[in-house]
Amino acid sequence: MDLTRRQVAADGARKGERSTRTGPGTGPVVGEPGRGPGKGRGGEVGAAVRAARRRGSVVRLCLMAVPVAFFAVFFAYPVVAIVGRGLKADGSWHWGRFGDVLSRPDIGQVLWFTTWQAAVSTALTLLIALPGAYVFARFDFPGKQILRAVVTVPFVLPTVVVGTAFLALLGRGGFLDELWGVRADTTVWAILLAHVFFNYAVVVRTVGGLWAQLDPRQEEAARVLGAGRLAAWWRVTLPALGPAVAAAALMVFLFTFTSFGIVQILGGPAYSTLEVEIYRQTARLLDLPTAAVLTMVQFAAVGAILALHAWTVRRRETTLKLVDPAQTVRRPHGAGQWVLLAGVLGTVLLLILLPLGVLIERSLDGPAGYGFDYYQALRSVEASGGTFLVPPLEAVWNSLRYALTATVIALVVGGLAAAALTRRAGRLVRGFDALLMLPLGVSAVTVGFGFLITLDKPPLDLRASWILVPLAQALVGVPFVVRIMLPVLRAVDGRLREAAAVLGASPLRAWREVDLPMVRRAVLVAAGFAFAVSLGEFGATVFIARPDRPTLPVAVARLLGRPGDLNYGQAMALSTVLMVVCAVSLLVLERIRTDRSGEF
Amino acid sequence: MALLTLEDVTVRFGHRTALEAVDLEIAAHEIVCVLGPSGSGKSTLLRVVAGLQPPDTGRVLLEGTDQAGVPVHRRGVGLMFQDHQLFPQRDVGGNVAFGLRMRGEPRGQQQRRVAELLDLVGLPGAQGRAVAALSGGEQQRVALARALAPRPRLLMLDEPLGQLDRSLRERLVVELRGVFTQLGTTVLAVTHDQGEAFALADRVVVMRDGRVAQSGTPVEVWQRPASAFVARFLGFDNVVAATVRGDIADTPWGKVPVPAGSPQGRRTLLVRPAGVRLGPPEEGLRCTVGARTFRGSHVAVLLRPTDGPEMEAECALRHVPDEGATVGVSFAAEDVVVLEEREPANADEGAAPTGGRAD
Repeated sequence: MDLTRRQVAADGARKGERSTRTGPGTGPVVGEPGRGPGKGRGGEVGAAVRAARRRGSVVRLCLMAVPVAFFAVFFAYPVVAIVGRGLKADGSWHWGRFGDVLSRPDIGQVLWFTTWQAAVSTALTLLIALPGAYVFARFDFPGKQILRAVVTVPFVLPTVVVGTAFLALLGRGGFLDELWGVRADTTVWAILLAHVFFNYAVVVRTVGGLWAQLDPRQEEAARVLGAGRLAAWWRVTLPALGPAVAAAALMVFLFTFTSFGIVQILGGPAYSTLEVEIYRQTARLLDLPTAAVLTMVQFAAVGAILALHAWTVRRRETTLKLVDPAQTVRRPHGAGQWVLLAGVLGTVLLLILLPLGVLIERSLDGPAGYGFDYYQALRSVEASGGTFLVPPLEAVWNSLRYALTATVIALVVGGLAAAALTRRAGRLVRGFDALLMLPLGVSAVTVGFGFLITLDKPPLDLRASWILVPLAQALVGVPFVVRIMLPVLRAVDGRLREAAAVLGASPLRAWREVDLPMVRRAVLVAAGFAFAVSLGEFGATVFIARPDRPTLPVAVARLLGRPGDLNYGQAMALSTVLMVVCAVSLLVLERIRTDRSGEF
Repeated sequence: MALLTLEDVTVRFGHRTALEAVDLEIAAHEIVCVLGPSGSGKSTLLRVVAGLQPPDTGRVLLEGTDQAGVPVHRRGVGLMFQDHQLFPQRDVGGNVAFGLRMRGEPRGQQQRRVAELLDLVGLPGAQGRAVAALSGGEQQRVALARALAPRPRLLMLDEPLGQLDRSLRERLVVELRGVFTQLGTTVLAVTHDQGEAFALADRVVVMRDGRVAQSGTPVEVWQRPASAFVARFLGFDNVVAATVRGDIADTPWGKVPVPAGSPQGRRTLLVRPAGVRLGPPEEGLRCTVGARTFRGSHVAVLLRPTDGPEMEAECALRHVPDEGATVGVSFAAEDVVVLEEREPANADEGAAPTGGRAD
């Protein structure tokens, strides 16, 4: 799937878990609380305890039923059906198609490009963002909070908008083209730069979040023991940061490996990633066997990356002693530190503010000078020259409506799943946890197309229904909601509930009085991100959105696919609208989230 | 009728037995302190009474009523947790009023009661303060006020002063006893600190490995420990095997006089450091003086006899012998206790009490 934000959310949420853990108090309590009291003497009591335990697992199973059903019907069924359609003929499986497809030179090229551009994007992102991580972690300077939010904006932007912004900067008739005649679209540099733009915040937040909490006294201890400044950093700080850097790098690799919207817009005919190729094979060439093979390949690759990532995150969690970030920040002093700060601010300006600024500038730069012409044009059908059946501006309301519905679905499904997973126990529950992460590994294009071919007949004939789009978008939001809610739910100290019970609160009341106030904020944050993710979802929506009901990203992509200045300008205007909606929801989230140690 | 009765209560966690056949009775208005090393099952005892931990066998009765099947929130007992467990999202007033709200008391009454209790614990007017801004001692007081507010018929305290520094602890324990006596609260507290237990309790229950090792008033337990384990847990190290005949015990240190009427036969003998008298080397048991530890009012002197285990003596500051000197030791019968326990103590048993062994 179009991976974007989701996994970082997962990652950040896990970090949140660590930072919200309060001292040794949350360790396992003797015995499991709330099993309910036993009855009578001897074996009778044991039976009562066992019954209560069984009741616990029944409750858990009930909670899991809704998410499991949701994933079975709206994820597993479409994906399996479409893969089956690709690999099955005359009632038998044709595994040989793997060999046929993978040995084709053009497919080999796609695989090679997908891998190396992801590797180079990752290396570039680390190179550019690590100094930023340090500056944001350790320096105190005016406007830092605002800048932190600004740096994060690209990250919640739909990939389509990112692609459009870089097109406006580097493309034909773009900003640099006009200025110096420099064009970089349809080159690999545009893709790489857009990837760095998009993932800058991943590194700054994941690595910087940890860096801010590393105890500087560790380094000081090394200095006192005779290590030089560099040696102390090399021997003490870097090993501590290592797992976080590795986790961030894997994340960036994952996003860029599965990149769709950016490559679709900036890649031109020459460059295509697996996801783009799956889209091309499915939508243009109708070559389902090839698409099915590529889907499986991407699934396997992403699975491996996720496993590696989970491993590094686990390692990172266990080993470090952390302090309050407020203790570690200071004003920069000395020429070196000021230069570093200036360098990072310059990078942010060039890499992040410039593309966003150019996007806005282009959207205002109409045929008759600066003005709102393109925005005006969005309001009529005629101006689009037959691209749309409805005024493009309606996409805004479609998008908002879909995204809100998707958010509600994602909250219900993800919330129930998180509640079921709160008590970690049993293989069944762990398997369920893994199941929730599965959509991350599957091509969104495949899911979207799968929706089309499976959900079109009774009893589930949703093809004509508007709910199809929110359902696909919710699929994207659920892993994300789970990853934000779960650590918070798990971090609620069981003995707080016990304290409430001893003071006379029934189990339900205790949940309401103790858990709910703590989880409320996490629910809001999860809702906000589910909303932003749904708003930007492109890979699946592009298939299932009805022509008369396009969403914002779909409308932008459709406008970009048409020639002419008017379409181009309207795409810029619509992208700006989308960017503003996303940025506003992010800024609202930043306000809700006072705890800055968790990443997302 | 006893307020709390435990009958034959056993709790197992897998192969580990946390409580084994524990019987305990607490009368109304009594303050009972359960004393034992960590892992001896003290906290589990409280959790069983609160209903947070169902017993595997046995019964818990409150005012004569079997509590099996009564959920935690209907038992009407209070529990002050070891690490307080104040609700972080509520202020001090909200925490103290919590139990009253659960009982649906009118708001005005709640507020009066909260103010009354904050006065009682020495934090008048603290209602609006954030819990996170409180010091350890203040949190302790708020936790106490919260537990007391709904007027529980039994108040349980889990290591009530465990996390505080020494001087604060010593002051608070006196205050606590004052508060409980004033209110007539029935209290069941657990602690690993004997000083705390003796200062707080009407009655002390010493636990070991999930069993009750001894129960009695602080003075009784202090003067007549029931076993070598209890003696060592209370800090007495001069514990040896002995054979008692009449008023003389035969020990590795030679003949030791015992009080008249002591139990006879193979026993364990406790000699309080105060009962070890130092004299010239030619009289009594010859010992070499080892490490000396200043204890404020006296000095603890470690003595190495030519034969038998080391022993500790208590010396007045003026009479402390030099390290390495040779002295003669005699014993004063009034500071010798023949323990009821029949089997001689194993030399290292109880020296470093470790509880919670598998059964």
